[in-house]
Order: sequence, then C-alpha cells, then structure tokens
Amino acid sequence: MQPIQKLVTQISSKRWLMVALGVLGIVLILGLPMLPIPQKNLWVRIIGYAGLYILLGLGLLIHVGMTGMLDLGFAAYYGIGAYTAAFLLSDHFGLHLPFWLVLPIAGLVAALVSMLVCIPVLRLRGDYLAIVTLGFAEICRLLFLNLKPITNGSQGIMGIDKPLLGDIVFKTGTHFYYLIFLLLVLFIFLTNRLVKSRTGRAWMAIREDEDVAEISGIDTSRYKLLAFAAGAFLGGLSGAIFASWQGSIFPDNFNLMASINILCLIILGGLGNVYGVVIGALALIALPDMLRGLSDFRMLIFGILLIVMMILKPEGFLPRIPPKLESAHPADVQEGQ
Amino acid sequence: MMTGALLSTTLLTKRFGGLEAICELDFSVKESSIVSIIGPNGAGKTTCFNCITGFYRPDEGEILFLDRSLIGLTPHEIAERGVSRTYQNIRLFGNLTALENILAGHHCRMRSTIGDALIHSTRHIREERESLEEANQVLVFVGLQGCGDTLACNLPYGEQRRLEIARAVACKPRLLLLDEPSAGMNPNETRNMITLIRRLRDELGITILIIEHDMHLIMTISEYVTVLDFGRKIAEGTPRQVQAHARVIEAYLGKARPIA
Repeated sequence: MQPIQKLVTQISSKRWLMVALGVLGIVLILGLPMLPIPQKNLWVRIIGYAGLYILLGLGLLIHVGMTGMLDLGFAAYYGIGAYTAAFLLSDHFGLHLPFWLVLPIAGLVAALVSMLVCIPVLRLRGDYLAIVTLGFAEICRLLFLNLKPITNGSQGIMGIDKPLLGDIVFKTGTHFYYLIFLLLVLFIFLTNRLVKSRTGRAWMAIREDEDVAEISGIDTSRYKLLAFAAGAFLGGLSGAIFASWQGSIFPDNFNLMASINILCLIILGGLGNVYGVVIGALALIALPDMLRGLSDFRMLIFGILLIVMMILKPEGFLPRIPPKLESAHPADVQEGQ
Repeated sequence: MMTGALLSTTLLTKRFGGLEAICELDFSVKESSIVSIIGPNGAGKTTCFNCITGFYRPDEGEILFLDRSLIGLTPHEIAERGVSRTYQNIRLFGNLTALENILAGHHCRMRSTIGDALIHSTRHIREERESLEEANQVLVFVGLQGCGDTLACNLPYGEQRRLEIARAVACKPRLLLLDEPSAGMNPNETRNMITLIRRLRDELGITILIIEHDMHLIMTISEYVTVLDFGRKIAEGTPRQVQAHARVIEAYLGKARPIA
C-alpha cells in the first residue's frame, strides 16, 4: 500500500513528468479515432462520454471545489441544458435552430435557472445547501417526467438535430469526440485563468471562511451567484452536447445517480484541481465501461478501487498545487504565474 | 462628543432576547489614535466589534464612520468604506497560502471582473501584477518574508496572528479593529505585537481600536481606554486615569467588603 502512495506523490510532484504524461495523453486522445484497434467505435464512445463528464465535472468543480457550495443536484443543470437543446433542435416544437446557437443558449438557460434557485438559498451553507440542491434536482427530474405536454414525459424527446459545420454533419461519435475535446481544451484553459484571478480567489475565500471573506470586502452573495451561474453554464453546455449526440433524451438520464457520479469524480480527482477532474472522469466514467468484459465483477472491482483510493489518498489524485507567488526582493517583483 | 472623530457611536444598543449585550454605548475614536476597549468577559466588547463591522444589526443607536452611518450596510460594504478587523480566535483562509490570504484581503481594492480574468484584459494583468507587488510588501511589513507560499494553516500560531493582521491591512483600512491581538502569546511575542501595532499607526496611518485582556499591552500602547461592564460604559480616559478608577477596579476585582 505504502509504495503506491509514494509513487503517486512522486509523480504528481514532478512537473516535467506531469507535462510529459499530459502531452502523451493528448496525442493518444487525438489519435484514438484513427488507430486501427478492434472495437474502435466503442472506445471513441467511452472516451468521448468521459470527456462529457469532464466538462460536467469542471462545472461542479466551480460549485464544490472552488466555492465550497456542496451541490448534490448538478444533474439538474445537465438536464435543463439537454431539454433546452431538445426543444430548440427537434420536431417536438418544430424548431430547428442552428446547433451552434443552441449550445450557448442551453448554457445560459441553465445558468439563469441556477441563479433563480440560488437567490433564496444564498444564506444557506453546507448541509442545508446540499439538501436544497438535491431537492431541486429531483423537482427538475419529476418535471421532465410529468410535464407531458411540454417534455413528452417518459417517452422523452427523439430526433434531435446533429450539429452542422459547413457541409459536415456530425453523424458519428468521432465528430462529437473532437467537438468535446475542443470544448474541454477551451474550458480547462478558461477555468485555469479563473483560478488565478480575483474572482477565483474570492470563490476560494468563501469556501474557506464566508464571514472572513465578507469582512475582506468580498460581496459573498454576488460571488456565490456568479459561481452558481458559471458552473451551471458548463452543465447546460454538456447537456446540449449530450442531447445532440444521443439524438434522444429521457428524464432518467438526469437522475440522482448522474449527480452523484459527477460529485464522485471530482472528489476522486482532487477538489480544487482542474486536471484532477480529467483523471477522475477517466477513472470513474471510462473505467467501468472498459471493464465491461469482466461482466458482473466490474462494479465490485470499481467499488474496491474507490475505497482503496479514499484510504490511500483521501485528498484525491491531484490535490490543488498552491501557486508560488512570493518574490525574493519585493522591490522588483516578477509577474506572477 | 469629540470632534474630528473617525468613528463614533451614540446610544448603541444590542439585545439578544432579554440580554442587553451592549446598552446605550457612546464612544468615539479619533483619527490616527490607538484606542482600547477593555472589560471583563461578557462585557460586550466583541458584540461591539460585530456591530461596527455589520455582522450584527444594532437594535438602537447610531454608528458614524467618517460622518456617514454604517447602520444597515453589509460587512463587505463596511470593509470597502475602510473598516477591517481580526478575530479573537484566528480566522484565516486555511488552505490558501499566506500571499493568497493577503491577495484575498486586497479584493475590495481591485476592480477587474470575471470577464477581465477570462480574456486577460490589460486591466486584469496590470491589477494582478500591482496587487502581488503590494501583497509582497505587506508580507514583509508584518515580518512574514519567506512564508509567503506556505499554507496559512501550516504557519505557527504567532505567525498566523501576523498574517491575519496582514490580510486586514491589505484591505487598506482607515480603521483596524483588533480583537485580542496578543491572546495566547508569550511576553516576547507580545512585545513584537506591540511594535507591529505601533508601526501600523505610525507608518501606514491606520487608526487602531483594540480589545484586549493583556493589561501590559493596553497600558503600553493605548492613548485612550473605554471600559465596559455588562454592556455599559463604566469609565473612560487615559490608561492612567482608568487604572485608578474605582468602578474599574470593582468590575475586575469586586467591591471591597469589610471582613465579617
């Protein structure tokens, strides 16, 4: 047990090794759809699906990891994004807007709804907020299920348009695979920028101590709203991609298990580290699918892995690496990273 | 009331149910002075701080800061006006580094938004660079050079106290409220703290209001002392005047009674 732990810390403390692993990972991921491997489509689907969960994980990371708001209902924003996209991209309402317009709309609708939920519960902290978000997600799922005239109930919505880029129709998994990859690069880049900004520090300060954040001049209500909206935006975005990729959505896609899975993957990856989400999603979403060959044993192996992980490295695979900001001579400070 | 007061309260009252934590309290703090509030446990000192910083809304009375009322403002608005504080039990952003703590304290003096951060606007880049420079200076000012990249929770006790002051100073306050700054310190550390508090006033021009139990600290640095007991002001004056005041002695030691 001890050597494994040592190895993990050693690897995560070596910057060049991390970079090398990252580059290798990116090359592998980019090349995967072109490799001559058996069951290629399945692999593309598994990794692409994990990518979607990375995007969701990034959103939840802003809620839970950065701002410290325990959100147990993240699937709600995923669902709202998916249904928004389904409404605007199918025969259901006879609307066939361009996908590239619907994508940000889905994100914005989810962000708006999250802010409306957030306003009455701004004063709640910790467990209380968790209960509210849990309840909200269940309300959303039940609305998807029972508002039959609008959502078509348990039959779901079918025939959702695929994205269109010039002459290319995104029919295959490979197209979505690259779309998700591009969005991931963009949003990991942007999230990293946020972490190192005034906004990111305000979020982390709220996570650490809300009262002290307030007395330091941080408008905690405003920054919590902002965090809720930013996270939900990513959730809504993922929902729209999911809807278009699957071509059909059902209320059950956005149940409690989905929320819990997203939460698990960011905890496993390490709260407060953007790259942790990547590892968490690969381990939690892709691994169970890869182990499908082991049939009944796969969930068992997976469960054991989770427990071992929590014992050996409870802070996650990649905890936050604090920035080095101190200058040797305060007179000539270099620009911080 | 004194003229030229930076902060003044009139008839300030705060009740918790039937308990009057503060009752009709009048006091004021002159610009660029070091003023103390003392009193036995439960006298209402910390409640008074909580009222000034906006965490409690007083039931009655007025608090004026720079001739404008603070009543009804949220704590972050009060911080922006120029009041900041430290806590009796140290409260830091534990999992952030010392410099990140100071930068978070500098928040209300920065202007860049989430949009600036996303596109790395010139405002964001300039502000980040300047803030980091200032944060490093504050770090050196409180004597924490070399600890800037250490997580706040891993710093020793005395240095956490200094970091808390650094975080409060980073808000660029006109008035700094220190709640028992020397609690749990040995005499040597207390002496350093006295030096630091004096430098805050002399070099940065910050007016200081202290709650303290350590009489040595109070008598050494305060220019004016207000004594509370059961939420009421029982005496005020220079340290020497207060020390000799009969009601202060009574509040701390009890009334002299003939032995039966």
